[in-house]
Amino acid sequence: MKHYITEINPNGTIAVDDTILVKEYETTAGSKILEGFVPLFSAEAVERLINAGYEISGKTNVGEFGLDLLGEFSNSGAVCDGEYLVGAAADLIAKGEIKGALSVDLNGAPRRAAAISGIDFIKPTYGTVSRYGVIPCACSGEQIGVSASNADGLKELLSVIAGHDDKDGTSLPAEKYEYSLDENVSGMKIAVIRELYDKASDGVRAGIDSFKEKLTAVGAQVEEITFSLVEAAQTAWQIALAAETCNNVSRYEGVKFGYRTPNYKNIDELYVNSRTEGMNFLSKAAILYGSDVLSKGRYNYCYDKTLKIRRVVHDAVKAVFSEYDAILAPACGETAYVPYDIKDAFSRVFAESIFTAVPNLTGIPALVTNGVQLMADVYRESVLLSIAKSAEGRE
Amino acid sequence: MTKYEIVIGLETHVELATDSKIFCSCGGHSSANEPNDCVCPACCGMPGMLPVTNKKVVELAMRAGLLLNCNINRYATFDKKSYYYPDLPCSYQITQWFHPICTNGSVEIKTKNGTRTIGIKQIHMEEDAGKLVHDDWTDTSLVDFNRTSVPLIEIVSKPDFRSSDDVLAYLENLKAMLRFAGVSECEEGAMRCDVNVSIRPEGSTELGVRTEIKNMSSLASIERAIKYETARHIDALERQTEVLVQETRRWDDIKNRTFSMRNKETAADYRYFPDPNLMPIVIDDEWLDSVKASMPASAAQKAEEYKGYGIADKDVEMLTAERNLCDLLDSVIARGCNPKDSVAWILTDCAGILRKNGQIMRNLNISGKKLARIITMVGKNEITRAAGKKVLAAVIEKDVDVDEFCRENSLNAQTDQSAILAVVTRVLDSNAAAVQDYLGGKQKAFGALVGGCMRELKGNGDPATIRSLLEQELEKRR
Ligand SMILES: [Zn+2]
Repeated sequence: MKHYITEINPNGTIAVDDTILVKEYETTAGSKILEGFVPLFSAEAVERLINAGYEISGKTNVGEFGLDLLGEFSNSGAVCDGEYLVGAAADLIAKGEIKGALSVDLNGAPRRAAAISGIDFIKPTYGTVSRYGVIPCACSGEQIGVSASNADGLKELLSVIAGHDDKDGTSLPAEKYEYSLDENVSGMKIAVIRELYDKASDGVRAGIDSFKEKLTAVGAQVEEITFSLVEAAQTAWQIALAAETCNNVSRYEGVKFGYRTPNYKNIDELYVNSRTEGMNFLSKAAILYGSDVLSKGRYNYCYDKTLKIRRVVHDAVKAVFSEYDAILAPACGETAYVPYDIKDAFSRVFAESIFTAVPNLTGIPALVTNGVQLMADVYRESVLLSIAKSAEGRE
Repeated sequence: MTKYEIVIGLETHVELATDSKIFCSCGGHSSANEPNDCVCPACCGMPGMLPVTNKKVVELAMRAGLLLNCNINRYATFDKKSYYYPDLPCSYQITQWFHPICTNGSVEIKTKNGTRTIGIKQIHMEEDAGKLVHDDWTDTSLVDFNRTSVPLIEIVSKPDFRSSDDVLAYLENLKAMLRFAGVSECEEGAMRCDVNVSIRPEGSTELGVRTEIKNMSSLASIERAIKYETARHIDALERQTEVLVQETRRWDDIKNRTFSMRNKETAADYRYFPDPNLMPIVIDDEWLDSVKASMPASAAQKAEEYKGYGIADKDVEMLTAERNLCDLLDSVIARGCNPKDSVAWILTDCAGILRKNGQIMRNLNISGKKLARIITMVGKNEITRAAGKKVLAAVIEKDVDVDEFCRENSLNAQTDQSAILAVVTRVLDSNAAAVQDYLGGKQKAFGALVGGCMRELKGNGDPATIRSLLEQELEKRR
């Protein structure tokens, strides 16, 4: 049980998940297949933090490629608090050991971790923070986000790392983003998605209910809406995630860097055995699932349809935000998770992704605070930060 | 006996003439001296690096499309093609599968049987793969990523070729056009073809079983491979020597035959999908117009222009074979030099110097400004033509400054009448026999006397001045 896969500086205040490159420090994305891989450069976000005077404490434990629930399938083993799983970076922040962390949100793991540990996390609008230096899996929707103990911390760190980067072809043009904690929450209209609320456990629902009360107390108007596309969004994101992951991790074959099997007599065995020994069940499931949806006979039926669903969900989300300032939803289905059998991993992760898929699929920002998730339209991080700020200190 | 028609289609990969690779800022592989000299984390497939499109690649692809009369599509995507091979660092190649940049063009070729039109199905951009070097001694394979991500276009023809002659005429024409337009240097190996061959009974409109011969770069090999494959197909149909299957084959230049690489059943599924890291390319009118405006004139257009200057057909042909010669000529003409005179400097003098150094005209690399300066100085008798050639050689070989070189080597023509007169007098005095011969009517002797004066002046005397002074002084001695 290790919080850090690689320790860098005991006085550092910012942790960086092991899915993000830090120059000259081994970066493995929690996977055996990247054992010994030392990057030649840092991620742009890390570079910006360092240039702004922050010191990096180390590379925090993540599940292989960040695909799992809470880091339970890291090559270094899960991090637990008692019998319950916790996210490594979120736990360090909750315990006050560090100020904040950078994490890649590709299937909701840092959002779940923040909810479980009771800290704040924001996944900003896709394209506002450079993905240069992120170990790639699902490039079309993965995004570096920041966690901290409160909204001020999120604003501070996000302001440093957001802004255009020439090295990322999907980076949006604005050089800088001004985030605010002071937007008037009183009078905001906030929608609770009934389908997601109904799917969550009693404990999680109680959390949503109490957050609703806080919002009402500060003058926001909270309404329940139906958003019937949540399941379509979930499936679409899992298809895109698997397809892109399958393609991106195909570069790890034991030839150039990372783990190479000692058991091979020819190039085919070198490939097959390195990958078989170097990756875990969840990655292999993504590779098989992804290969299937991209294969000749299935592309039109699966992947192409996914791209279309993506557009439909995008339009539906736009429609919600034409009426509401934000969406309130569970960040995850349970209030706590115990380690579980690896053979259940695929179904467990799939089931949980219903709560987190929409922001990954559509690129909208999502923020977790008080154990609940808030979403807003693209570029409207300030709405989320202001809501989180206004709820602070209220019982 | 049934007569057969050969049906051939070509996929031609052409390396683009850019300074850097397609998705990173590494220089082209031609600047590499050692294996893996021209690589960065991006083109080595290291995780975390993102591709950023080199705009020049898109523009050269558009230029190729315009040359081949294609539609330039306003929306194009980069797509990923997945397969495993050690020379492919990411285990995927970025290419264009769903929306290629150019479609539906055509090009005319001249063959023995007249002019034919070859349809172009599409042109798409893609990155090259690396290279494997097999070391038999240690029984290992080494990977060289210098070529990885070098920009290519693939020009896919329609199955419009009916003979190997058609194919060769097309490829030669393509090479000349692309090189002249600055799309590709088209150097040795920079153009590689996949040749699709099938045969059918003459008159039939259905296509026969097609085999694809991969990765051919020499024209001679392409010709032999087509002949071999055609014979193999006819044998299979006529004498049932084998059952033809759709497959990919490899040409063996030494054994002089093709070998099966893989058939349709074992063909890889490349699992193409749009690359989410590369935004679709959207080409608006403004961009397309600027690429059209920057298109250099074609060889045919240049030829017309040069003929208009009264330049001989033979010279025009030599000039328009190489873009650099046209650029040079245009540059000196723009600086006020006489076209015909300039052509002589380029095709006779420059060519002579290159030949002496074992180089060809394509290697000629001299600034138009310097050549124009030399031509002007000679024209104004500031230096002699002989001295001009000397400077030219120094400029071509060492890129010296023209005026400085003339000064340092005292090449400036002596037009100083009195100095030359002194030399003339001295030469006449010491060549009494030649003077007598001349005065006796032997014109040849005059040449010897001119030569004598030139030698005394170390080649720097102005020949016209020498001649007139000699004539004048000889008359005095009659
Ligand atoms: Zn490179």
